[in-house]
Amino acid sequence: MAGRDDLLALLLRIGDDHLILGHRLSEWCGHAPMLEEDLALPNMALDLIGTARMCYGYAAEIEGDGRSEDDYAFLRDGTDFRHILMVERPNGDFAFTILRQFLFAAYMHPVWDGLTGSTDARLADHAGKAVKEMAYHVRHSGEWVIRLGDGTEESARRMMAALDELAPYIGEMFESDETAQRLVTAGLLADPDAVRATFDGTVSRTFAMAKLPSLDVTAGISGGRTGRHGEVLGHLLAEMQFMQRAYPGQTW
Amino acid sequence: MSDDTRNQMPRNLMPLWEVFIRPRTGLAHSHVGSVHASDEVMAVQAARDVYTRRGEGVSIWVVPSASITASDPDQRDENFEPSASKAYRHPSFYDIPDDVGHM
Repeated sequence: MAGRDDLLALLLRIGDDHLILGHRLSEWCGHAPMLEEDLALPNMALDLIGTARMCYGYAAEIEGDGRSEDDYAFLRDGTDFRHILMVERPNGDFAFTILRQFLFAAYMHPVWDGLTGSTDARLADHAGKAVKEMAYHVRHSGEWVIRLGDGTEESARRMMAALDELAPYIGEMFESDETAQRLVTAGLLADPDAVRATFDGTVSRTFAMAKLPSLDVTAGISGGRTGRHGEVLGHLLAEMQFMQRAYPGQTW
Repeated sequence: MSDDTRNQMPRNLMPLWEVFIRPRTGLAHSHVGSVHASDEVMAVQAARDVYTRRGEGVSIWVVPSASITASDPDQRDENFEPSASKAYRHPSFYDIPDDVGHM
């Protein structure tokens, strides 16, 4: 039976995935290749950070030790984060960022779709909003994947390079452990086989139109769910957490 | 993308589109601005991301800017000045009965 610790673990996994990827997307603000994407990427970042806030606020209530959502985001060390490694990877070029966004959204959309029926009312309620946000992320990033993959020689080369670099990080999305199994059994989390089937369908349809090779997901690099992260996370946190570390308790 | 590659990008890869947003059910689409996009699908997405971030719209139209035929600025006087002296075309010369109330 899934208990309080399992629900907390789930909230940190989802919250950290969304916060770290949201922060990565926010790094494009002011640097995107065109004005339209300079708004589109931060729009998606804000969707993701909104979900992270829900997760951390809920976790704080459950823990009940006076911490707030900000404590989870700004005062935890790298080894306390539970996100998959893909989301912390540096942005690279626009092709890499867009393909990473597409893969993450193609995975999270069926996760949220399943969570709309979660036995946890708070998660089910938020899922109704998040599933629409993810549907747009899949569509927006997917249309770009198609146009870059089946675009110019240069864009196709960059999309292939992005796929080569991201491929080892995809398997971690579908890893399971005892915590995840208890959450599924208790009806808090969606059936992982259904999530995987939807992900495979979304990716294969889009990759076919993008003239990208079909995806072969194998066991690759992992460890994020147990707090084993890359050196890049330290640099990300140094920037993201700077204000609260330098000026504890600072508010707007 | 470096400035070099951006400057080398042919203009026709990212043509301009005019964006029209319907603010809410019952009102007509209004012109709000323009976006660059490779095609009509991407133009609708760009319009969504640029012009509906604060709940402005429930429907989006995009039209290739090149498809719009505009009046000639040199013909402005002959087009528009003749109507300036015809105040009687405005519906402002009627006494509205009190029973009608506010119109």
